[in-house]
Amino acid sequence: MFSRDNWKEIFETIHKNKLRTFLSGFTVALGILIFVVLFGMGNGLVNTFEEFFGDDATNVLYVFPGRTTVPYKGYKSNRTIEFDNSDLADINKNFAMFVEYTTPRISRSGLVKYKNESNNYTTRAVGPAHQYAEKTIIMEGRFLNEEDIKNRTKYVVIGRLVEKDLFGSENSLGEYIDVAGSAFMVIGVFQDDGGDNEERLIYMPYTTRQLIEKNTDKVDQFIVAFKPEIGYAGAMALDRSLDRFFREKKYISPDDQSGVFIRNVADQLKQNQQFARVLQIIVAFVAFGTIIAGIIGISNIMVFVVKERTKELGIRKALGATPKSVIGSILLESVFITTVSGFLGMLLGVFILNSLGEKLKDYFITNPYIDITMAISATLVLILFGAIAGYIPAKRAADIKPIEALRDE
Amino acid sequence: MIEIKDLHKSYKMGSNSLHVLKGINFSVEEGELVAIMGSSGSGKSTLLNILGMLDVLDEGSYTLDGVPIKNLNETKAAQYRNKFLGFVFQSFNLINYKSAMENVALPLYYQKVGRKERQEKALKYLEQVGLREWADHLPSELSGGQKQRVAIARAMAAEPKVLLADEPTGALDSTTSYEVMDLIQKINDAGNTILIVTHEPDIADMCKRIVHLKDGVIVEDKKITQVRASQYV
Repeated sequence: MFSRDNWKEIFETIHKNKLRTFLSGFTVALGILIFVVLFGMGNGLVNTFEEFFGDDATNVLYVFPGRTTVPYKGYKSNRTIEFDNSDLADINKNFAMFVEYTTPRISRSGLVKYKNESNNYTTRAVGPAHQYAEKTIIMEGRFLNEEDIKNRTKYVVIGRLVEKDLFGSENSLGEYIDVAGSAFMVIGVFQDDGGDNEERLIYMPYTTRQLIEKNTDKVDQFIVAFKPEIGYAGAMALDRSLDRFFREKKYISPDDQSGVFIRNVADQLKQNQQFARVLQIIVAFVAFGTIIAGIIGISNIMVFVVKERTKELGIRKALGATPKSVIGSILLESVFITTVSGFLGMLLGVFILNSLGEKLKDYFITNPYIDITMAISATLVLILFGAIAGYIPAKRAADIKPIEALRDE
Repeated sequence: MIEIKDLHKSYKMGSNSLHVLKGINFSVEEGELVAIMGSSGSGKSTLLNILGMLDVLDEGSYTLDGVPIKNLNETKAAQYRNKFLGFVFQSFNLINYKSAMENVALPLYYQKVGRKERQEKALKYLEQVGLREWADHLPSELSGGQKQRVAIARAMAAEPKVLLADEPTGALDSTTSYEVMDLIQKINDAGNTILIVTHEPDIADMCKRIVHLKDGVIVEDKKITQVRASQYV
């Protein structure tokens, strides 16, 4: 069946029936091309999605106080809950098993001045570990360290855009800026993947902020990072025990919806990933629809091809072609065309995806790609179904008596 | 060479059936040139199709070169056709995208003859029908007579035991018809057995024997003195 002679015969047939070859090849190539591009775009969407939510550490819980709505243990409702430094120490002590690092955060907005330039910025007073929680990237200088916390230094680390706004092209390191009336020295400049707003922030030691605010020990909120190895279930458990711990310590009713809040990034991340997965399933569905359309297309063309060749097949049979050789030549021809054009379409699709890269980032598609195994399997499926679709009419043609085929004008 | 006994054939046309051949007894010796004549509907083409294994008989027996032809599956029939028979059709039935030489070489392809040998043989047979220079032309570039000569070359290329021609001159004018008949006579002179279905008396007169069919039975079977076609060419 695979002798050189058979191939020569098939190549001749292909060569001399260009329209037919083009039609079936084009259908297959287009089907695969659209499949690869669509599927790649889907992956690009998921990439964008992950980038959106991937700029902060994913193993953190945000704990912040609220205002009670339920009277509890002799306390009236509508009481403002406040956190202070002792709470931080308690978390570090009681949850040491699960906790990787903690940091408080006190956010204040205020006018910031340097020479003639001034602007309103949010200043976050934090601990050194905050760098990991926000995935802050230091461009110049350094981030805050434990010494700064201990000595309540008047140092700030400013965002890239803060430096650009206030200093223009000048170097900001070692310069003093005026933050709401106090002078702070710039010790570092950072960037952040989270967008422009994240790069218009100023970080200072939380102890310094507390000193400025009449030497208070109050804290806005805590960021608690858990050890990644405790996993999703461990994170949910930590979430619950932190909640219980604060309700006990601050006398908040277990039924109170707003006494203390915990935002669990792991939980959100899981939901987001589910959303991304649903997106991908939808895209895959559309892509497989394309493949099925391709299969139907190639089936139609095969029916047409066999119909068109009925008389020729009758002649061949009268000259001694066996049914097997008739089916064999039709199938080999179709498989050959679908294989060549399928892989051409696939390569073209992969090439398009690769050349797109970041160009469609405005449309939420980042680095579209397709798993090469997936692309090859889809191509093979189309080839296989093309062969099956070709076999049925080929078998029917081979079974027609030559006399009937010859009568077919 | 051919031995037919009590052959019956009918076609189902919806609920009623059409009895086309009603008991044919007929034999052909090697080297004969037989014309099967009859008006349309007499069953002559059906007889030829059965002889050519393009169609199957209902009753009776058919022996070709000592081989009983019955209960053939398509594969076997194809092999026998290839080995025993050469066909010439009224409408030539050349494959339109193949050149004259490729058309002639096609039966050899199914005999699994090598490519080189196939081409040599095809050229040899094209030479015999006088179309060697036309070997690379497509059927659409040939005249009717040339097409039929290519078809005859193709039928001969497989070196069959019997050549079956169904109205070989039906689509040709009389001058071309005589040219084709001249060729057929020469092939017969070389010792080949040939059966021709025709309804033209002048074509039948160029054979050596005329079998007359009417309404599915043989009404006349006579040997005649052959009229040579070469005198008209």
